[in-house]
Amino acid sequence: MNKINIELVTGVFVIIGIACFTWLAVAVAGATFTEQPGYTLSARFTSTSGLREGAIIEGAGVRIGTVTGIAFDPESFEAIVELRINENVPVQEDAIAAIRTQGIIGEKYIKIIPGGFDELLTDGMELFETESSISLEELVSRYIFSSD
Amino acid sequence: MIKAINELGSNVLASIEQIGRTFNLLVIIAWKLTQPPYQIYPIIKQMYFIGARSLTVIIISGVTIGMVLGLQFYNTLERFGSVGVLGSAVALSIIRELGPVMTALMVVGRAGSAICAELGIMRISEQVDALECMAIAPDKYLVAPKLVAGILSVPLLNFVFNVVAIGGGYYVGVVLFGMAEGSYINGMIDSVVWSDVRLGLMKSLIFGMLITLICCAKGFYLHLSEHGSKGAEGVSRVTTDAVVISSIAVLFCDFLIGAVMS
Repeated sequence: MNKINIELVTGVFVIIGIACFTWLAVAVAGATFTEQPGYTLSARFTSTSGLREGAIIEGAGVRIGTVTGIAFDPESFEAIVELRINENVPVQEDAIAAIRTQGIIGEKYIKIIPGGFDELLTDGMELFETESSISLEELVSRYIFSSD
Repeated sequence: MIKAINELGSNVLASIEQIGRTFNLLVIIAWKLTQPPYQIYPIIKQMYFIGARSLTVIIISGVTIGMVLGLQFYNTLERFGSVGVLGSAVALSIIRELGPVMTALMVVGRAGSAICAELGIMRISEQVDALECMAIAPDKYLVAPKLVAGILSVPLLNFVFNVVAIGGGYYVGVVLFGMAEGSYINGMIDSVVWSDVRLGLMKSLIFGMLITLICCAKGFYLHLSEHGSKGAEGVSRVTTDAVVISSIAVLFCDFLIGAVMS
């Protein structure tokens, strides 16, 4: 009797623990063990300051993908960002990827501004039109120290 | 003067010896666990004691800490008009830092002290020697199930704590202060990424191993502890030491892991 009781309670404890872990990992952290359907694009930025892996990609204010990797290219001294775009979201060849901030002190995200071309980008292609993250300090210092 | 230096030296040597003994025990157990016979039932029994019986205290402390965090963050964020980030602030601080540390401290207080006292009493009443006489390896029979159960239970408790604490923050933010439900939940979902959960998982795995190892080693090697403490007084002394040392080790390792991994 006692033996069954201990095993039952331990089993319930393990199930509760694993359920909590699964909820945190899948629902909150958005971890997917199988890759979500979609395609990967790359883009070069002169500065990705403040952007981190897992950041949101928005189109018209709606979440359409995530940043899956940020790497540094020593030859061009630029950052190469991998963008995972959801399936059925078209990105034109001349679309612009811009790093923006949510509010003034919020997190950085990438905004896709649609282009006018008919050709769509497919898996592994590169977005050439990019806007790097805007640094408030740089803008202020440019304004203060500009002579004209 | 010489006497004081002498004492310092002997204290340093004693603590180095103790650290060595503790990690030696870990290596011996890790080796012996790969050898048959494999026992499952003792591990389940220890998981019941360390894990399942700690659920109540973990849930109560989780709800309380989540509510306190929600309250304090809400009051501070309200001044800047950015209560929208309450969800992510509560969730990130719980998942990355407070969850693993608080769970480990609770388990030390509730189960670690009991483990240490149990092993210590077995040692002074010569039950460990009796096991050796019967050709049963006492470290594998007594310590190994506790260590495995600690490594498995603490992460599970940590995730229960995380979920319950996020619920506590939700109660304060959404139900009491009436902020938008979506901004709490979605703010949290947008800002928490898998690497945060992984950091919490790593921390709680290491803490689980560390606290059970320290508490087991303290009790198991009671007869070797300095000042020749024996009897009931010895048990009380090693139990106090085990709780203090494992709590400090948890806090220190929290900093180390945070510095190395992020």
